[in-house]
Amino acid sequence: MYKLTKTILTVSLLALSFAASAKELPGIGRTATVKEIAAWDIDVRGDFKGIPKGAGSVALGNKVWDEKCASCHGTFGESMEVFGPIVGGTTKEDMKTGHVLALADGSEPKRSTLMKVATLSTIWDYINRAMPWNAPKTLTTDEVYGVVAYILNMGEILPADFVLSNENIAEVQKTMPNRNGMLSELDSKNTSDHNMWKVKGKGDVKNPPCMKDCVKKVEITSVLPDYACDAHGNIAEQNRHFGAVRGADTLLACNEHPNLAELNRMHNTKYQPDASGSKQPVTFAMTKPTTVAPEIAETTGVEMLKQNKCTACHGMTKKIVGPGFSEVTAKYKGDAKAEAHLIDVVTNGGSGVWGGSMPPHGHIKAEHIKTMVQAILSGAK
Amino acid sequence: MSNELKKPGRIIRAPENFIDASLSQAITKNGLNEERRDFLRKSFVAASAVMAGGAALTQSAMAATFEGDPLILNHTEYDQTLGLPVAANPYGVPSKYETNLVRRESPGLTQVGGASVAFSPLQGLFGIITPSGLHFERHHQGWQDMDPAKHRLMVMGMVKNPKVYTMDDLMRLPSVSRMHFIECGANSATEWGNVAVPTVQYTHGMISCSEFTGVPLSVLLDDCGFDKKNGKFVLAEGADGSGMTRTISMENALDDVIVAYGMNGEMLRPENGYPLRLVVPGVQGVSSVKWLRRIEVGDKPFDAKDEVSHYVDLLPNGMTRQYTSVQEAKSVITSPSGGQVLIGKGFYNITGLAWTGRGKITRVDVSADGGRTWRTARLETPVLSKALTRFNIDWVWDGSPAILQSRAMDDTGYVQPKINQLRGVRGTKSIYHNNAIQSWRVADFGEVTNVQVN
Repeated sequence: MYKLTKTILTVSLLALSFAASAKELPGIGRTATVKEIAAWDIDVRGDFKGIPKGAGSVALGNKVWDEKCASCHGTFGESMEVFGPIVGGTTKEDMKTGHVLALADGSEPKRSTLMKVATLSTIWDYINRAMPWNAPKTLTTDEVYGVVAYILNMGEILPADFVLSNENIAEVQKTMPNRNGMLSELDSKNTSDHNMWKVKGKGDVKNPPCMKDCVKKVEITSVLPDYACDAHGNIAEQNRHFGAVRGADTLLACNEHPNLAELNRMHNTKYQPDASGSKQPVTFAMTKPTTVAPEIAETTGVEMLKQNKCTACHGMTKKIVGPGFSEVTAKYKGDAKAEAHLIDVVTNGGSGVWGGSMPPHGHIKAEHIKTMVQAILSGAK
Repeated sequence: MSNELKKPGRIIRAPENFIDASLSQAITKNGLNEERRDFLRKSFVAASAVMAGGAALTQSAMAATFEGDPLILNHTEYDQTLGLPVAANPYGVPSKYETNLVRRESPGLTQVGGASVAFSPLQGLFGIITPSGLHFERHHQGWQDMDPAKHRLMVMGMVKNPKVYTMDDLMRLPSVSRMHFIECGANSATEWGNVAVPTVQYTHGMISCSEFTGVPLSVLLDDCGFDKKNGKFVLAEGADGSGMTRTISMENALDDVIVAYGMNGEMLRPENGYPLRLVVPGVQGVSSVKWLRRIEVGDKPFDAKDEVSHYVDLLPNGMTRQYTSVQEAKSVITSPSGGQVLIGKGFYNITGLAWTGRGKITRVDVSADGGRTWRTARLETPVLSKALTRFNIDWVWDGSPAILQSRAMDDTGYVQPKINQLRGVRGTKSIYHNNAIQSWRVADFGEVTNVQVN
């Protein structure tokens, strides 16, 4: 009885120690230092919480821009060559209303950063953390202020003599063209009938799950446009060469003469129009299931030496049990009969040459032995 | 067409071009190797079988002249030789015959590979787990292969005790392993206005599903003593050049967000955030910050670049929906799908994927007539919350034109919408969160193309 009690006590003590470890995590992690937090805590929020002290002029920004930004974003921040445009599509009227009209009327199909961004802090934060593209986090704080000022100057939001700083940036925020353009899903008054922030929200589109007679007449409203036809390469090469389906070699939708492809299909004959409009048989691609064997990367002799475990006894350069491969290369250099001899030794075994014996390897495919021997003799690495 | 199956043994009548163009090009360019010789030989066999029987070959006539498949009648290069030893490939790789199905970029979508997307080849994948090497890629400033021994995670902000954790620390903590999809918010973005890309790889290939292993974020927040009253949001930040930052709701953070290091039984792949990433189940992929190095607790959202300038949804009236995080119910038929060609009339297994960021898929219906009539598909197990669900349904193709669609429902009762219903509410400029029903037209000669219907 005494023993039993003791056992129970021990078990419950163990359980206690598990419970304790689940709440606290002794020995895991350490307190971050003030300097460490300062080094990594770089984010700047919409209300400018987190923005460091500093100032930069439009002129400084212009200098940095020309050196480090213009090659991707264009001299005037307008380029679409590499990334979307930074500047463009905003008006003085937008600065008053805080709504970019071009977003509503679609007059600027390519939306610029200044058209979209409601919070100036975001531009500051992003340049500071991620720019320049190939050397992020290398600008000084003042340079970041300067580049932001220069972007706003290019967007005709700030004058050329402006100096942007932590002290006046909140005032400049009040002129951002799209500052009132956001419907935050965090704001319950925007999301009375739906919500895409909360997991438990509702959708904004209702589709009754009809099962029969759901559509009177099915009409195709859009097909692959011509410009997209060949853009994605040969689809046959993007599907398996076996299985339920193949990839199409040339999609009918993408055929230069879809009506002729249709004729080809119906008559299983090849046609092409001539000047008189009559149809002459020619070679003409039609849609068919095309089997494209995958690109096979041939295994190299050196890879085979490893796969067949030759390297367990032979080093690439040094002797292990048998001679290193480069030693063999050197010994048989210029010997025309070496290949046949070594194939024989590898296949059937041999002894005496290097002071040991080579076991036979007749189980390895002859062509593989040949490839490996050629690799050794050619000094392949 | 010549692509009907003559008999169960799969003797396919060879058309006049019995060698396909790419093979003949390859022969011209590289000469005949064993592989191609073998292929040619088979093509000849198939062609001569047809020529012997003639075009009007009946099954009985075929039986009289056809002795059998040489691949059955003869020994093969595999059954009379010794194979390779164990551990020939110490970290295994797919068969050399599987190189067609790889991640691919969509040409013209982006100008810089470091800020781009490589799409997952959904058209050939099975089940619900994406092979780690085929998980879609989306980077904002290139990917890095970071040394785990040098990686640190800091948890700070509105916490009693800001802390630094090493990978050693994190991997000692209680772990969970859960299957979840990660879908880019811009998946199917090209299709808002009209059909733009040919195959399911490019329409839907920014989704993948893995088993992720790691520490629940709630464990770390508790360990640092986060402010339970005022801490409403969490900022996640990456250690890459872009310093990717995203605001996560505290509700999600305490529910099922994982600070993950494992993926499908191995460590994360570098392209997927090795050695540490956040996994925010059900929320657009950009929130699952890769190369995670900092968690900050705050009382307001953080207004990061990818929640102000990108990953926001423009409405027709010019206003922009911000903080649209959840991926709503969606599905797509992955085979037969755009760019594929059916190899003959008869039986097919229509197969596809369904998912929802709000919970579990409860039903998937499939239509073969453009949405006029629907049949309910089989859901394969497991059906997990915020994970891909595989559906299958039998289909006998009689050779007539068809339009294939799938429609998912989730456990909130939400039904995946038609594209025109979505456009009715959100217009065509939203870029993100296109979860519309996908339509694939099957032509009477077997070609499947991407279309949209009313």
